Amino acid sequence: MGYGKYKEFADKIRKDCLYMCNVGASGHIGSMLSSADLIAVLYEKILNVDPNYPDDPDRDRFILSKGHAGAVVYAALAEKGFFPKEWMGTYYCDNGKLMGHISHHVPGVEYSTGSLGHGLPVCCGKALALKKQKKESRIICLMSDGDCNEGSTWEAIMFAAQTGLDNLTAIVDYNHIQALGFTKDIINLKGLTSKVAQFGWGVVDIDGHNYQEIEEALSHLPLEKGKPTFIVAHTVKGKGVSFLENTVASHYAHISDELLEKALQEIGD
Amino acid sequence: MRKAFNKTLLEIAREDSRINLVLADIGYGEIEPFANEFPNRYYNVGVAEQNMTGVACGLGMEGNIAVTYSIANFPTLRCLEQIRNDVCYHDANVKIVIIGGGVSYGPLGVSHHSTEDLAIMRALPNIVVMAPCDIPEAIAATHAMIEHDGPVYYRCGYKNEPNIHNGAIDFKLGKAITVEEGDDLTLFFVGPIGIEAKKAAEAARKRGIKTRLVSMHTIKPIDREAIVAAARETGKIITVEEHNLSGGLGSAVAEVLADEGALDVKFKRMAFPDIYVGEVGSQEWLRSLYNLDAAGIEKEIYAICGV
Repeated sequence: MGYGKYKEFADKIRKDCLYMCNVGASGHIGSMLSSADLIAVLYEKILNVDPNYPDDPDRDRFILSKGHAGAVVYAALAEKGFFPKEWMGTYYCDNGKLMGHISHHVPGVEYSTGSLGHGLPVCCGKALALKKQKKESRIICLMSDGDCNEGSTWEAIMFAAQTGLDNLTAIVDYNHIQALGFTKDIINLKGLTSKVAQFGWGVVDIDGHNYQEIEEALSHLPLEKGKPTFIVAHTVKGKGVSFLENTVASHYAHISDELLEKALQEIGD
Repeated sequence: MRKAFNKTLLEIAREDSRINLVLADIGYGEIEPFANEFPNRYYNVGVAEQNMTGVACGLGMEGNIAVTYSIANFPTLRCLEQIRNDVCYHDANVKIVIIGGGVSYGPLGVSHHSTEDLAIMRALPNIVVMAPCDIPEAIAATHAMIEHDGPVYYRCGYKNEPNIHNGAIDFKLGKAITVEEGDDLTLFFVGPIGIEAKKAAEAARKRGIKTRLVSMHTIKPIDREAIVAAARETGKIITVEEHNLSGGLGSAVAEVLADEGALDVKFKRMAFPDIYVGEVGSQEWLRSLYNLDAAGIEKEIYAICGV
């Protein structure tokens, strides 16, 4: 099948994110854009979630551990009809519907995060619980480079392998940039995939902007029976907007009206 | 008290399959019966309290009751942000149990003294904060903790603490229990240090001072009525806790007195004087060193009564 629908959805949510960051005069656009293609495949194809039945006990549990990129999930949920698109016009605003870091008060959002290192431990608990209930639900956690600095993430990595949580998948949006600089200059994550493999996970490296590779990896979970799955998605921070791509500044960049127009033109219709 | 807690939890777990015990490699000699009887509801995450709390939160959000269990500050301060952002913010059905409140582990040193926990846990929205004083209260509190739907912090004693209550108790979350009636002053205590308060009240009674002795086993929500009644009816209040001076029982009582305009009262907080207890010694010895033993409390009773 073609991958055009992913591109179309990703373009939409990228534009939504730019719009929200402009409306809210808020940051983290670079982190949203690097995740957009992963989010597009997740919400277009992979995740079993239903806007008409958001609390379905059999749904997949998707937790965004990199809560600062919450707007990219809000955009996907709005596009999928979990809440009115107009809410995006209130992002980060007084009396708004959408707070800067992802919030479970928003329909369709599984879990609130914002401080890194919280997503994976909670996903382990949910994975244990759903396994015991013999549910088919998958638990998918999207993490950032910064998440991989947190000790709690590594506590959970060890635990998930020990308990054989093969209904759990962690995806790292590995864009190589964290708040103050390039990861290689702060805490070098070189060899992340093999390190996690050594801890006992099934692992794979993919291009986090290649729809075929994303779909392929997420369509065959778990990668190895009896093991949790760790997908290192190599991405580009700010992907899709040339003046944001691979820049440290894109983490906190303000999207002025002028930049918004320029960015939207680049993404196109 | 820890034995009573573990025994009660096990008994409840036999009737309630939602109960899961999540440990961080602490509980030797105590948790084995639960682990052996319910291997599928028992998790030792290793020495990793943040993950312990996160895992418990995930379990609690998926229809279970998850009990985290460790000693002193390990399951609270080490993973405070997990308790705040994960457990309390999501109102997850997680119970956080510590063994060894206050200076129960006296000679082990400051790392093992839980002397700020009541203040810190009390500051979090969505959580109930309990500290039973004796074994009957501990058993009742364990039932109440499980029956309550939502986060609970349970500060347990370490050893075979003596009974403080004189008979059967009517334990309700957030409702103080009067151990002895009296109208000269009120002594509010929390936790096993209440035995010192009881002895002090008994000694003072022999000199004609009738102390209302009250166990404030729940610090949050606190029993406002009992505090206001104490102020109005006895005019003098002493609080006793094995905790730092800041933010614990004494502070909670003072807040209620101020909020309710019940300020026409003589008031004394007895606690550790905003220090780390750096001296080496048993719980009893450390209490006496800081005048938190029966003799120290008795002196304060006389001081506040002006005799």
